[in-house]
Amino acid sequence: MIYFDNSATTKVHPEVLNTFVTVNEKFWANPASIHTFGHQTNELLQSAREQIAAILKTSSEKVYFTSGGTESNNLAIFGLAQKYKQRGKHVLISEIEHPSIIEAAKKLNELGFEVEWIPVDSEGIILLESVKKSIRHDTVLVSVMHVNNETGAIQPIEELSNIVRKKSRALIHMDAVQSFGKIPVNFIDLDVDSITISSHKIHGLKGSGLLALKKFIEIEPILYGGGQESGIRSGTTSVPLAVSTAKAMRLAMENLGSKAVKLQSLSDDLIEFLQSFSFIKVISPTKKAPHIISFSVKKMKGEVLINALQQQDVIVSTSSACSSRQTKTSHVLKAMHISDDYIKGVLRISLSTISTQQEVDQFKNVFKHVMNVIKGD
Amino acid sequence: MKWEKILVRYGELSTKGKNRKQFISHLRNNIRFSFVDLPNIKIQAERDRMFLTSSDDSEIHALIERLPKIFGIQSFSPVASCSKDLDDIQATALKIMDSLESQDKTFRVTVKRTDKFFPLDTYELQSVVASNVLRQNPTLKVQMKKPEIDLRIEVLNDAVYMMAQVIPGAGGMPLGSNGRSLLMLSGGIDSPVAGYMLLKRGVRLDAIHFHSPPFTSERSKEKVMDLANQLSHFGATVRLHVIPFTDIQQSIQAQIPENVSMTTTRRLMMKIADLVRAEIGALGIVTGESLGQVASQTLESLTAINAVTSTPIFRPLISMDKLDIIDIAREIGTYETSILPYEDCCTIFTPSCPKTKPKLEKVEYYESFKDFDELITEAVQNREVLSFPMRKSNEFSSLL
Repeated sequence: MIYFDNSATTKVHPEVLNTFVTVNEKFWANPASIHTFGHQTNELLQSAREQIAAILKTSSEKVYFTSGGTESNNLAIFGLAQKYKQRGKHVLISEIEHPSIIEAAKKLNELGFEVEWIPVDSEGIILLESVKKSIRHDTVLVSVMHVNNETGAIQPIEELSNIVRKKSRALIHMDAVQSFGKIPVNFIDLDVDSITISSHKIHGLKGSGLLALKKFIEIEPILYGGGQESGIRSGTTSVPLAVSTAKAMRLAMENLGSKAVKLQSLSDDLIEFLQSFSFIKVISPTKKAPHIISFSVKKMKGEVLINALQQQDVIVSTSSACSSRQTKTSHVLKAMHISDDYIKGVLRISLSTISTQQEVDQFKNVFKHVMNVIKGD
Repeated sequence: MKWEKILVRYGELSTKGKNRKQFISHLRNNIRFSFVDLPNIKIQAERDRMFLTSSDDSEIHALIERLPKIFGIQSFSPVASCSKDLDDIQATALKIMDSLESQDKTFRVTVKRTDKFFPLDTYELQSVVASNVLRQNPTLKVQMKKPEIDLRIEVLNDAVYMMAQVIPGAGGMPLGSNGRSLLMLSGGIDSPVAGYMLLKRGVRLDAIHFHSPPFTSERSKEKVMDLANQLSHFGATVRLHVIPFTDIQQSIQAQIPENVSMTTTRRLMMKIADLVRAEIGALGIVTGESLGQVASQTLESLTAINAVTSTPIFRPLISMDKLDIIDIAREIGTYETSILPYEDCCTIFTPSCPKTKPKLEKVEYYESFKDFDELITEAVQNREVLSFPMRKSNEFSSLL
């Protein structure tokens, strides 16, 4: 099987799984307990937190373990807006965010905040001009994802934060679910205030992730209870998941440079191949993360293509796992104004650092065959 | 913001005469100690200031966060550099101003023009840069005398250097410039603060702690280890001597009348501390005692306790109010650890009404019935010595 749907989820790395099992066997105490066993477990949890803080270049008390990307994004949107609402109630959200941000922002709108949307250009990159126009002195929160999950477009976070910092005291949330482990993500290189990371996109376990804040940034919880995770995320912390997350993140960061070069060459190869078809339009922009290639087959339905490829043991997806089950067209593609001829036939190839050239070559053969059958030429 | 280097201004030591070189080399060692994990940083020490450079920007950022804790530094400034092109100078000036909180601040530009061939003269450069910065930051107000932001530009032969921020340092004297003392570290709020105050005057520290298992838990010991570790963040290793104290405490319970047992306990602790002090070659003993705070800290108690040794005992908190001590503890980050609720050896055998004015002769009389010396030697010999900063144990490394 050729699995090219790594933006939906990835296969667990055997070492991560091993960590998860070992921690469950040896350090299964409640980290909040005051006996030595609990204390040891807590030490392990803290070591994991420190390792992550070092990778993201923040302080360890600003790393909060959550159940994954959706929870982290919800926590960021509600928690930051709530904590800093005295700075204003105006919120700027990009049109191409993940649903866990878009829906949270809509709820925020109902709660009395004024939510404004940042449009994107035809390449799926946010319009900085529009940010310049919309940002106000009472803007409290700006949320833009680092890499879009459907197109792979890298968003201009640096330029964005320059604009935001100059004109407001707003906080900047960055969803790095698709970018971490592919391009550098940390608080020194990128001037943002909070970052969401999900484990299962980087060969970690499902149901785990984190929200990290820049030093000195504070947040309101959205879950209340026993006050775990410095009161920001109540509920007994899952040490096995937290440690697995730290491990997955460390593995993802290892040789990031050479992995990125390899992904880039696979991606270049695939794009060149896809562009050789007259009826295919590559949707991913040139400035994109190396692992996502989005393209569309003219006057074709994505679902049909997926089924045809699947019969040959090749797994890809339509625009995203979240939207693929819904019949409505993706909000990201809509925001990019993709023409009617192409909007239904969108496919997404998402590679992983473990994808190989051999798999890519095989994919090309299968794809050619499928196109012959479907398009009949 | 990308910084080229950091300019460090010396503290009090600039006034020292012939010892100057020694002080500077202590300071250099302390700074080096605080960035052992940052391999690319280089130090260039001059007579009245020091430059720290690194090829890696993130190391400079890490350093900016650590420097405020190092004693012997009056203040420091991150410095940016750029080419001698005017556009480049303007852009860098704006970037620096952006990195500061500049809303409604007073401001001036100072230019030092060492390169006399630079096309603009000092005043021209000043006014060109200042007007550009003011255009971008309309809330700034120009003030030539004592401005809040002083943007300094130095035009040297090789490049242009620029800085605006003066970050206050910790003051005090470089660690190691005033010998070594032994700190009695209980786990409470006061003793780490006392240790900090001596560290600030350049004194190296060992710490001693009395541990009475099973009455006191592993966690209370770990709490003290955390405190010792926190003290080591101020620029030098701190060794912690953990004295097994159970036997001694139990024989005190058996032998000494309850209302003076506390005084005897303190006297024996002091004796042990003095033995350890002599062994490690320290010159003084530091305690967190503050006059009248508890029964053992009245003048009478202090006299009875002090009678066991002639070693100088430093009590930097003796005249301080509890609230002021707490403020310092918060500032140096030990407060949160200190208030963790574990039993320590002073709280487990507390008599219900200890004497606040113990008589030395009486205490000595009670103690004369029991020979504590053997127990004391044994406790000193069996002590556990730990060194901080703790090397991260590799216990979890296979999991992470």
